[in-house]
Amino acid sequence: MRYRRRASPLHAARAVAGGAWCAALAAAALAAEHPIVLLGLALIVLAGAGGAGVAREVGRVALWMVPWALAIAVINMVVVRQGFTILARLGEIPPFGQVDLTLEALVYGSLFGLRLLTVAAAFAVFTVAVDPDDLLRVLRRASVRSALAATLATRLVPVLAADAQRIEEARRCRADQGGEGAAARLAVLRAVAGGAMDRALDVAATLEVRGYGSAKRGVRSGRPWSRHDQAFLASAVAIVALTLAARLVPLASFDPYPEITGAGVGEALALTAAFALCALLPFAGRRGIAP
Amino acid sequence: MSPAPILELEQVTYTYAGGTAPSLRDVSLRVEEGEMVVLAGRSAGGKSTLLRAASGLVPHFHGGTFGGVARVGGMDTREHGPAELSRIAGSLFQDPESQVVLTTVRAELAFPLENRGHGPAAVARGVEEAALALGIAHLLDRATNELSGGELQRVALGAALAGRPRLVLLDEPTSQLDPVAGDELIWLLRRLNEEWGTTIVLAEHRLERCLPAADRVIVMADGAIACDAPPRDFLAWAGGAAPELQTPAARMFRAAGIAPPPAGVKEARAALRARGIDLEAGEPAATPGVEGRLMAAERPSVVPRRPEEVVPRRPEVVPRRPEEAPRRAGRRERRDAALVFDGVWHERRGGAVVLRGVDLAIAPGERVALMGRNGAGKSTMLRHAAGLMSPTRGRVRASGRVALLLQDPNDYLLHERVGDEASPGALRAVGLDHVLDRHPRDLSGGQRQRLALAIVLDSEEPAAVIGLDEPTRGMDRAAKAALTERLAGFAAGGAAIVVATHDPEFAAEVADRVVLLADGRPIADGPAAAVLAGGWYFATETARVTGGRALLPDDGAALLLDHRPAELAAP
Repeated sequence: MRYRRRASPLHAARAVAGGAWCAALAAAALAAEHPIVLLGLALIVLAGAGGAGVAREVGRVALWMVPWALAIAVINMVVVRQGFTILARLGEIPPFGQVDLTLEALVYGSLFGLRLLTVAAAFAVFTVAVDPDDLLRVLRRASVRSALAATLATRLVPVLAADAQRIEEARRCRADQGGEGAAARLAVLRAVAGGAMDRALDVAATLEVRGYGSAKRGVRSGRPWSRHDQAFLASAVAIVALTLAARLVPLASFDPYPEITGAGVGEALALTAAFALCALLPFAGRRGIAP
Repeated sequence: MSPAPILELEQVTYTYAGGTAPSLRDVSLRVEEGEMVVLAGRSAGGKSTLLRAASGLVPHFHGGTFGGVARVGGMDTREHGPAELSRIAGSLFQDPESQVVLTTVRAELAFPLENRGHGPAAVARGVEEAALALGIAHLLDRATNELSGGELQRVALGAALAGRPRLVLLDEPTSQLDPVAGDELIWLLRRLNEEWGTTIVLAEHRLERCLPAADRVIVMADGAIACDAPPRDFLAWAGGAAPELQTPAARMFRAAGIAPPPAGVKEARAALRARGIDLEAGEPAATPGVEGRLMAAERPSVVPRRPEEVVPRRPEVVPRRPEEAPRRAGRRERRDAALVFDGVWHERRGGAVVLRGVDLAIAPGERVALMGRNGAGKSTMLRHAAGLMSPTRGRVRASGRVALLLQDPNDYLLHERVGDEASPGALRAVGLDHVLDRHPRDLSGGQRQRLALAIVLDSEEPAAVIGLDEPTRGMDRAAKAALTERLAGFAAGGAAIVVATHDPEFAAEVADRVVLLADGRPIADGPAAAVLAGGWYFATETARVTGGRALLPDDGAALLLDHRPAELAAP
């Protein structure tokens, strides 16, 4: 899963704006309490991924997160004893002791899992739709050394992944297959780790001869703000404002313990609709999106 | 007073941190502005270290013990690090994968300019000019991870040139490129040198590629300068002192007793015309039944002989007829084959078609070279043969075990000790039984490749097919000759040898048969002498000089002796 420039409004926006949009959605998901709002935010992220042409990649991440979300819900229900609505009494189960499964614990765990899924999906959108080179350029204005570390790290990941694939192929070509099962995988992992230092040195040497060692603090690009830059930045600001307002007023509040209480469905739907409008409106602008 | 040289080394001696012997010994040289210098020599002779000393990576990046003085554009490398020196000297290393650090080509070209604090307008202009100069403007918005090896190498060169350095240092930049991309890169360097006066220092093993463009050749041996002369003088020197460094045309001339040795094909043809040697005249008719193939037993030794040792003989003549189109092998041929590709397709999910219905049968003991541009499908065919990939249509069948040596022998090294990598018998077979307790990564490049060969062959079941993917990458001529000999031994034992290579000279030495691939299918399949004699790019230098009438230097020499004018031939 890598960034590739596509013809979409999100890809056309500068990294600061695109990154802010993804971060705002992740923050909204972390702050949201109501299940309808959380579910709505998850769908908004997926719709945004669709608008950016990266639905398949982000969908894969979301699917991968589903079992984790379910696992969190189940574990929370087993280990947490809060909640009045008992679904089942399982008796004494070591090491948990007396286990009563409650509806409140299940709801809380499910919300936590959904929150995690939404945040992961937002970061998946960030990974595949926000230009990392542009982002590094921005980072360099803040700290040259941190940007160097980030450059090395971001470049090394795909290089090491390619190394691992080659070494695995070479292992399969060995007459002895390099061992069996876990032992073989461990041998490959050790070889990749052993070669990582050489690879890091190669990349670092390249950075040196490209003048990174004496790099000046980055200058502003001077690139005029496009309609997409403005739209996504405005969207990010609006999402943050809505999130803050929802916490302060409060809007669409929800508390699972000790008994499920929360705002009505109408209020939650209204807040979700406001989030959707703010987040998805920038995708309406289709002019000048080609790479 | 002459102007200050762009690169100057005074008695430089350098030992890498932890090294036991110096990699540079008392090296003194001057490279003047506007020169194009080729660094030659066997592997581990000090070429790369010299380039790294010129870029400032030695000693700033690698540490170690540095003695003497190195100046780049008047800047002492002991006081100025690689980042400062990069304003004057751009560097390009061997492996394009680890030289590209950003995600898009545009960002990659902008990177060195931004590091120098150039403003957006200057960066945009620098990027545009570097891209236009290298012919990569159409790649500017492409992701670097989608580029081929050749494209990646051009982008890395673009990044090295973006700041318009006065000196460009290149370490075997063509070693991973096909002949077309390799030649294009050398011509590009020549253009930079001639049109913009950029000084070029280029380390290269395939000298026949770059000598015509060079002003001077510096030979490194054991960390010291063994020869520093113009190309023709270097070749005359190499004829006696380092025969393995001679170009094929120079070997042919020397074997035919013609002096001076030519620095390139054009010069060689001119020299032959000047001597009245007309290869068109009295051309011997193609011998009926001779397929133009030089069988192993008939093939002359690759070791150059002195002129007096060459017995004039009627050379093996490549028939002047069109190449045969690849044909599907007959049923019996396929049944007896060591390896059969039966209508093999490889179509990537959501991507390109890599192989398009390949039909190929390779007999036991046959030596086949797969050639073609990067991305033509050579490596994919080898991977299918070894079972690393499955055809999307068609079938691959081998009569026994397929041992495949992939491009980088380092990928096979999984243990801490040579003795743990393969059995004593397998190590003995490749001559590595004396280094059992050494760490595999401490071996030389040639030894590592032999170790990888031992690893893939280390089985009680002998390999029916031995595949090698680009085995001569970064290899000097002596190591190539040793590999050729080893492969001939395996073939004599009945194993089919399949080598994917970009190196026509190596293919001519190692193969009986050459299969030329383009766009995922064979477009020529025939005896090496026929396929490698007929093309512009996929042809040996000897073939280019002799108009395709001979493939290897000794055959070329015999041909020249056969066509000598009577007055020269008379004793």
